[in-house]
Amino acid sequence: MDAFVTLDALVAPLDRANVDTDAIIPKQFLKTIRRTGLGVALFYDWRYKDAPSDGRTEGLKTDPSFILNDPRYAGAKILLARENFGCGSSREHAPWALLDYGFRAIIAPSFADIFYNNCFKNGILPVSLLPDQVERLFSEVARTPGTRLLIDLSSQTVVLPSKETFAFTIDPVRKSHLLEGLDEIGLAEKKAELIDAYEKKRRERAPWLTPAV
Amino acid sequence: MARTIIDKIWDDHVVTEEKGTALLYIDRHLVHEVTSPQAFEGLRMAGRKVRRPELTFAVPDHNVPTTDRSRGISDPVSALQVDTLAQNAREFGVTHFSMNDQRQGIVHVIAPEQGITLPGQTIVCGDSHTATHGAFGSLAFGIGTSEVEHVLATQTLPQSRPRTMEVQIKGRPPQGITPKDFILAVIGQIGAAGGTGYVIEFTGEAVRALSMEGRMTLCNMAIEAGARAGLVAPDSTTFDYIKGRPYAPKGDLWEKAVAFWKTLPSDPQATYDRTVTVDISSLAPQVTWGTNPGQVAGIDGRVPDPESFSDPVVRDSAKKALAYMGLVPGTPIAEIPVTRIFIGSCTNGRIEDLRAAAKVVKGRKVARGVSAMVVPGSGLVRAQAEKEGLHTVFIEAGLEWREPGCSMCLGMNPDQLAPFERCASTSNRNFEGRQGKNGRTHLVSPEMAAAAAVTGHFTDHRTLSGS
Repeated sequence: MDAFVTLDALVAPLDRANVDTDAIIPKQFLKTIRRTGLGVALFYDWRYKDAPSDGRTEGLKTDPSFILNDPRYAGAKILLARENFGCGSSREHAPWALLDYGFRAIIAPSFADIFYNNCFKNGILPVSLLPDQVERLFSEVARTPGTRLLIDLSSQTVVLPSKETFAFTIDPVRKSHLLEGLDEIGLAEKKAELIDAYEKKRRERAPWLTPAV
Repeated sequence: MARTIIDKIWDDHVVTEEKGTALLYIDRHLVHEVTSPQAFEGLRMAGRKVRRPELTFAVPDHNVPTTDRSRGISDPVSALQVDTLAQNAREFGVTHFSMNDQRQGIVHVIAPEQGITLPGQTIVCGDSHTATHGAFGSLAFGIGTSEVEHVLATQTLPQSRPRTMEVQIKGRPPQGITPKDFILAVIGQIGAAGGTGYVIEFTGEAVRALSMEGRMTLCNMAIEAGARAGLVAPDSTTFDYIKGRPYAPKGDLWEKAVAFWKTLPSDPQATYDRTVTVDISSLAPQVTWGTNPGQVAGIDGRVPDPESFSDPVVRDSAKKALAYMGLVPGTPIAEIPVTRIFIGSCTNGRIEDLRAAAKVVKGRKVARGVSAMVVPGSGLVRAQAEKEGLHTVFIEAGLEWREPGCSMCLGMNPDQLAPFERCASTSNRNFEGRQGKNGRTHLVSPEMAAAAAVTGHFTDHRTLSGS
């Protein structure tokens, strides 16, 4: 996983609440056995005109009314969104698709729980700001297309072009893992003795937890 | 200190804790074909093994065809995913219920059926509807593929302690009101993000009175309110259901287990971070009208006018939802016509659901222009239904009787809605495109789906004689 320290990038605004993971990456793309290559299918049904249900992506016409098809937002690495972003299914294909498309951070008033976790596992920073701060960013971006934001994870701030700064909160353990791009499985493996001890205690105290068959 | 059942299970599973993040031990890991291939591939690349293969259970459910399986899976990409699961299970020594095993079915239906799900456990699966297992008084939640890999390798998961929410279901349900109606009403009241960051405990006399099947329906949709998990404290209904199932404890171990399980319910003085009361004493059968499960009304209600919502974000969501659903504000819910019916899923694909639906369609015919399918949640549910003759009732009424799987709940297999088709579905998500691109999904109980099948529009099933 790539570390996330700071990001100075273009912002694309997606002005919809409750954007679910079926919308981020529809079912026909979940049949893959790889993590990569999903960027072309990000927001598939919104992004392409007459998107076929077979999951074809070549030769499709893009829908100009969808915000990511607006050339002004080409190359955006920050997605600005509304409340409850990423609700629904646990599919990690959603952050894989966002990452593969180029997004490294998502700013919203709130995120769905599993999606929020999945972002951290893939080096994407989900930033929760207050609803009126998010509103400010939407109007800023509407007024000045091409708006860039600076996100600094160490200081937990989002800096606007005016230098106005919004602070955000983040779990300290997640923050340090993301700053260093750490392999969490490797970290847990270092605690193998503690896991062994727990399992031993558990076998004595709750022997029924070993399946009967 | 007085503790809730959520606190008790949590405390019991903390291996170690650091800066508010616990390393939580996982008792059962359920695996399906869609969210696991990249996790097994990750293990292989790092040279890791599955730490506790005997606590890990795999089954294909999302991609499997619900028609004749003797010919295999026609879509080569789906077939590869299902084969990959079988290969991974073999290579890593994990129990696998193959597509042609009678015990195969939707992961959240078969784990309880096999006695794999037990009270007081932590249970995870790369699937958001893992909340279903909370019906047994376990802490069960959906995880992503990276977390699947983490659990396979270490049997643990780093987690921050969830906040606790009590959802008190208040009052006695009117006749014909089902747990599906309870949970849709709960989501309607607290919203599709109302439970974010919480684990919900459902309490109240009406919850106590539910069967295990009903409790599973209730907990299944906790995620649709944004909650990580939902659960119901175990009681004699729970123990009676589990006893004698293949993977359940036997003999002395059974006695020990039950004695422990009886200590799990929340202490009388325990407090929750938030408590919500949902009164069901005058609830009507629920039908969703929008594109999130909180956009719901009673069968006696009307499609709302978006302008009636004061919150601009809610208003905008309602406008977009009505445009997608092709609905006009003010339309009585009972006048909305449907052409497709889906009865099944991890929400409502168990035997009681099929019995309830069969009771409504018995002696009736599917309305003209309606196509309806019944997809049992597992091979064992299918066999039981056939033993009871339910399949004959469905077939005589003109409904299709299928093989088990996730099917049209998400349409990863060929079971999908055509564009603009309107469906009464017993599943759990009415998101845009969920059941097929531009498909229009209304979530309802099995009774209501069955009533819509025979009348061609939403109908209060209680008004049909004999049901």
